[in-house]
Amino acid sequence: MRELLLCPPDYYGIEYEINPWMSRLRGTEAAVAQQQWKNLHGTLSKLDCKIHLVKAQPKLPDMVFTANAGLAVGKKFIPSNFRHKERAGEAPHFARWMEEHGYEIAWLPNDFYFEGEGDALFGDDALFCGYKFRSDIKSHRAVADMLGCLVISVELVDPRFYHLDTCFCPLRDGAAVWFPAAFDEYGQRAIRQHVTELIDVEPEEAVHFSCNAVVLDRDIVLPEGAPQLVATLQERGYRCHELPMSEFLKAGGACKCLTMFLPQRESVKS
Amino acid sequence: MFSETIELRGHIIDSLILPKVLDQILTRGANFKIGEIKIGEKRADQSFARIEVSAETSEALDELILRLRQHGAEVVERVNVQLAPAPADGVFPDDFYVTTNQQTFVRLNGKEIEVQPAMMDSAIALDRNKRCARAVKFFDVKKGDEIVVGHQGIRVVPVQRATSHADIFQFINTSIAADEPKSAVIRELGRELRRARNAKGKIAVVAGPAVVRTGAGEHLERLIQLRYLDLLFAGNAFAVYDIERALFGTSLGVHPDRALGKGGHENHLRAINVVRKAGGVAAAVEKKILMSGIMHACVRHKVDIVLTGSIRDEGPLPGVTTDVIEAQKIMREKLADVTHVLLLGTVQHSLAVAAMLAPSVRTVCVDIDESAVKRAIEHQPLQSLGLVTDVEPFLRELVDSLASRANEIENRNGKA
Repeated sequence: MRELLLCPPDYYGIEYEINPWMSRLRGTEAAVAQQQWKNLHGTLSKLDCKIHLVKAQPKLPDMVFTANAGLAVGKKFIPSNFRHKERAGEAPHFARWMEEHGYEIAWLPNDFYFEGEGDALFGDDALFCGYKFRSDIKSHRAVADMLGCLVISVELVDPRFYHLDTCFCPLRDGAAVWFPAAFDEYGQRAIRQHVTELIDVEPEEAVHFSCNAVVLDRDIVLPEGAPQLVATLQERGYRCHELPMSEFLKAGGACKCLTMFLPQRESVKS
Repeated sequence: MFSETIELRGHIIDSLILPKVLDQILTRGANFKIGEIKIGEKRADQSFARIEVSAETSEALDELILRLRQHGAEVVERVNVQLAPAPADGVFPDDFYVTTNQQTFVRLNGKEIEVQPAMMDSAIALDRNKRCARAVKFFDVKKGDEIVVGHQGIRVVPVQRATSHADIFQFINTSIAADEPKSAVIRELGRELRRARNAKGKIAVVAGPAVVRTGAGEHLERLIQLRYLDLLFAGNAFAVYDIERALFGTSLGVHPDRALGKGGHENHLRAINVVRKAGGVAAAVEKKILMSGIMHACVRHKVDIVLTGSIRDEGPLPGVTTDVIEAQKIMREKLADVTHVLLLGTVQHSLAVAAMLAPSVRTVCVDIDESAVKRAIEHQPLQSLGLVTDVEPFLRELVDSLASRANEIENRNGKA
C-alpha cells in the first residue's frame, strides 16, 4: 500500500501570481475546488492508498500542492526551499509534520532553491530533476550528495511547465510520459538517454497538465482533457482515472501537484 | 581577452551539462580551456570540471558567466593584485612585478584591467580611480604611485600563432644560418611588406653603420623611393657615414672602390661640419648641399627619422637626441603603431628596439653575427625572422624583388 500526503484546500485561492496560469482577477470557486479535491482524495483512497492529511494554514493558499513540500526517500525528508517568498512559509509546517511522523529532516542550504517532488521524480534508478524556473541546479547536486544516487538535471524552458512534474511523468514499467517542448535540447537528449521508452504528449493535451499524474502501479490518476494519452496508456495496460481539475489548473497545478509520496522511494541504488 | 575560471560539479556528463556549457561558450563567440576534469567512476559518482572561459570584452564575459551560472557553473574567485607605493620618484617598491611584452591583465576588486602598453621590462602602475594599469619605466614613476608587487592577480596571455594564412612568420621563428639558402625567404618577406603597405601598415627600419659601409645604402635608398619605409631609427654615426658617402664618396674615409679615399678619416668630421653649418640634415637637403644618400631620401620622401647619440659619437649632427632616456621615450612613442620592423646590422640599437615592441609586431633581424640575431629575435618568438648574413646582399635582393614587382605593375598599366 502506498502512503500519500495531501492537504485540504481550506485556504486555497489565487492570492498572488507566481506562474503564467495564475490570475487574481479570475480567482477560483472555493466550492468547486473543494469538490474536485474530495474527488481526488476519494479516487486515491479507493486505489489502495493510505492518505495522510497535513492541516491547511491560513495565508498559505498553495499548501494544497503537497508535492512541493519536499522529497521523501526512505525515512529521510529533504524540505523545499521555495523560490518565491509567497510560498516560503509552507516549509516549516511540512517539515514539522514530517518530523512528527518519524522522518529525519535533511535541510538544504538556505540559498539553494528546491521545490521537492515537484522538481524531482525517480525514473528507474535515476532521480530526474528540473531546474531554472523554481529549483536551482545547485540544489540537485546537494540532493545527489544527500541521497547518493544519480541525478539527471534537465533545464525547463517553457514557463507554463515550470515544475518537472508538469511535463514529465515516469511510469512503473520504465517508460515515461513527457511533453518534450518543455525541455531544452540537452534536457531532451539526457532524458532520451536514460528512459527506455518515452510517450510524447501532444501540446493541446499537455496544457491540461496531462503529465501531472499520480502513478500507482497499474493505476494512473490524471486530469481530464487528454483522450489521446489515455488511449495510449490503456493500450499499455494502465487503468486511467480522469478527474476534473479546472480549479487547480488556475493555479498551475493538478493531480500530482496535490499529492506527495511518503516516501517516493524506499531506497536508492548508488 | 578577458577570462574567468569556472567549476562544474555534479552529474554533468549524464545530464549533458558539460557539453551544454561548452557549446554555450562557443556559440557566444567566447573560448574555453579545460584545466581539469574528473569523471565519476560509479553511477552515483559526481564529476568535476574546471574551465577557463575567455571573451573579447569584459561585458561579454560577464553576460556569458551569468548564463553559465544558471547551469551550475561556479566562478573561482581570483585574488586581487598586490600593490605598494613607490618610495620615491624613479624608484619602484621592492618585489615590483617585471612585465613581459605579452598581453597582461591585473585583477582589481574582482575585475580584470588590461595593462597598456604591452611593454617588457617595466613595472605596472595602477590608478584605482581611473581603473587603468600602465606599464611604466623608472623615469615614469612618482613617489606614492601604486605599483604592482608580487605575482598574484596577474594574468599573462601569450600571443597565439597566426592561423589565418600561411606566411613566413608562421613557419619560421628561428634564425636562418649563414650557410642556409635565403632567396625564397627574402622574396616572401617582400610579399609580406607589400601586404603590409597595402593594408596601411607601418614599416620601420633600425639601421646600423654597416648598412652604409657594406655599400647597402643605395638599396635602402631605393626602398625609401619605393615607399616601403615610414620610420628610420639610427645612431649619429649611421647618418654621418651616409652623409660622408654622399658628400665625399667615402665612409669613415674608406671608398668602396678604392682602398682609401682622399682625406681619409678627415671626411667624417668634415661631413659633420657641413651639416652643422647648414643647420641640420633637412636644411642641408633644402639648400641642395646634400643631394643623395639615405638621409636625403628620407627628407625627400618624408620618412620620420629618429637619430640618437652614443658615447663614441663625433658631433653630433643637429637633431640627434643625446639624452638616452629622452631617446627611449621618443622611440617608444613612434613605435606605437608600427606593424613591421627590420633590424639591420646593429646590435645595441636592435636590442633596444626589440625590447620596446609589442608582441604582435613582425620583426626581421639581419646581421652577420649569429648571436646578435638570436638575441634580437628572442623577444618575438612567434612573429620574428632572423637571417644571419651580410646586410648588403639581403637588402639588394629584397629591394630587387620589390622593384621588379613594381615594374611589372607599371608595365601592365602602361600597356593598358
